Amino acid sequence: MSRIQKRLDSLNGKKALVAFFTAGDPDMDASKDIFAAIEKNGADIIEIGVPFSDPLADGPTIQASSYRSLNNGTTLEKIIQLVSDIRKTSELPVVLMTSFNPVFVYGHKEFVADAIKAGVDGVIIPDLPHEEAEGFLEIAEGLDMIFLLAPTSTPDRVQQIGKVSKGFIYYISLTGTTGTKEALSSGLGEKVKAIKTSVSLPVLVGFGISGPEQAREAARVSDGVIIGSAIVKLIEENKDPVERDRKVGEFIASIQQAINP
Amino acid sequence: MKTHELPDVRGHFGKFGGKYVIETLMPALQELENLYEEAQKDPKFKEDLNYYLKHYVGRPTSLYFAEQLTEYLGGAKIYLKREDLTHTGAHKINNTIGSALLTQRMGKKRVIAETGAGQHGVATATAASLFGLECDVFMGEEDIKRQALNVFRMRLLGANVIPVTSGTRTLKDATSEAIRNWITTVESTHYIIGSVVGPHPYPMIVRDFQKIIGEESKQQMMEMEGRLPDTCVACVGGGSNSMGLFYPFIENEGIQLVGVEAAGHGIETDKHGASLTKGSAGVLHGMMSYLLHDEDGQVTEAHSISAGLDYPGVGCEHSYLKDSGRATYATITDEEALEGFKLLSSKEGIIPALESAHAIAHVAKMAPEMKKEEIILVCLSGRGDKDVNQVADRMGVSL
Repeated sequence: MSRIQKRLDSLNGKKALVAFFTAGDPDMDASKDIFAAIEKNGADIIEIGVPFSDPLADGPTIQASSYRSLNNGTTLEKIIQLVSDIRKTSELPVVLMTSFNPVFVYGHKEFVADAIKAGVDGVIIPDLPHEEAEGFLEIAEGLDMIFLLAPTSTPDRVQQIGKVSKGFIYYISLTGTTGTKEALSSGLGEKVKAIKTSVSLPVLVGFGISGPEQAREAARVSDGVIIGSAIVKLIEENKDPVERDRKVGEFIASIQQAINP
Repeated sequence: MKTHELPDVRGHFGKFGGKYVIETLMPALQELENLYEEAQKDPKFKEDLNYYLKHYVGRPTSLYFAEQLTEYLGGAKIYLKREDLTHTGAHKINNTIGSALLTQRMGKKRVIAETGAGQHGVATATAASLFGLECDVFMGEEDIKRQALNVFRMRLLGANVIPVTSGTRTLKDATSEAIRNWITTVESTHYIIGSVVGPHPYPMIVRDFQKIIGEESKQQMMEMEGRLPDTCVACVGGGSNSMGLFYPFIENEGIQLVGVEAAGHGIETDKHGASLTKGSAGVLHGMMSYLLHDEDGQVTEAHSISAGLDYPGVGCEHSYLKDSGRATYATITDEEALEGFKLLSSKEGIIPALESAHAIAHVAKMAPEMKKEEIILVCLSGRGDKDVNQVADRMGVSL
């Protein structure tokens, strides 16, 4: 059983909290501190973003974070090393979220082998739908390939993706890019309910969840929430490392409190 | 050999092509594929398309024997396929009229487009105006500066031109921003991609709407010369005019197909747009194709004097044609393109778009090496009015 599955199983009906930040923003050492702050304050899974020059699914906040990180010389290789360092002191499940091209250039086999060795538990590649992922799935044993579902997904696709996804289903709460909405889209509950009739994996909701209020609402109708842009924004706004880690920690605690009151 | 039947059902041209997009867009791509298949079987669709191509766009465009240029270069006979004579002045309109008709069929009321030189933006704005569609065009801030005339034309046609300030502020980022907008508006909006790029079925649909360039050329060449050309030449940015010219000739194996990429400051520098010549396989904007990127898979900046060739990727079918050896790809620098620009203007009284000037410049290199009875067919993809200010600037002339 994978670390992700174990963790989600252990929640026993409690809602899951997945936290995202971009590796290497503002720098790699900070990423370790941010990871620790998030872990300490109650996240169940940490999603580490691999920066890409052309992040198509991302809104302005994560785009800007990606560019800052790339300007610091962040590479996929260094991020795998980061996970390996983190693994010395943490058993929290770690998922890499990346565009496909950095992985493709790194090499599927090499990536899977190195990621597993470093202690990466899962990978989310938004621009690699399952139709294009066959070669990857064949060799990804030991790494949970987490696929996305969207409000636009047809019942057929929900079934197919439910079959191939591992760990959990990443449900995109809105028709849009990351971090783009003020309010949750109406009908979220029904959509998640419909997915759960044909998919046995936990369904976690992400994209556009910016604070405790929305997190509570989203968690009420799903198995948990994924928060990204709001954390990345806190990292961007707080240059002082101590202040930054404190604020990120408090924010995570407030979300945990909101989804599991 | 039959004209080849790629892409396969999953949108692949060999290892290239495919659908590398977020789940949100996958259903829309499937819907577009189904709708396009239906449209192709519907005689009314073909009839409507042909009507507008004939009476609105001005097709067929002429095939013109460039006698002065031929004589000056002293080698092969040079024929120009005059896409510069279409309404709006470039081949882009062939695709936007077809795509606007598809949009109507979908019942969607809004279209979006990306643009580099502004030609596809103008062509989309034109089709949107004609068919009463709302139109937003994404354009890099850098290109807005370079192509002020086209920006004004788009606004005059009723389109919103949305400046893109991320990344390199050119075609690559305009495309990224258009895709992001589409992710957000996919239920009400059709994205009209300007080239043979993007996720399946776009490369196929755009090629199909552009293949009229090659089909007409074939027929006209038979009428004028009684035979087909020896070589077809066209510039390649994303590669839609070249794909449109090449596609009907793929089955004629003896005919050489030559795409001309932008060498910018030179392909030995890092300032060029020669994805096929200098790039390697990668994934950008929804497809697998040749791409300019570094050893970490980060996309690198392209450069060309011509905004339309200033793109780090290239159509996936070109990547397939390159690897299969059916087409070859040459490069032309900014300086050489400027010479081509001046050459065609002075010898034939035709001011070419800077994109097309790359093809002309390559013809100027190859024609003298060929026999006088040989024939080169070159696609003059657009007219150069939009580039006159920029060229004057380069020549140190203030207007």
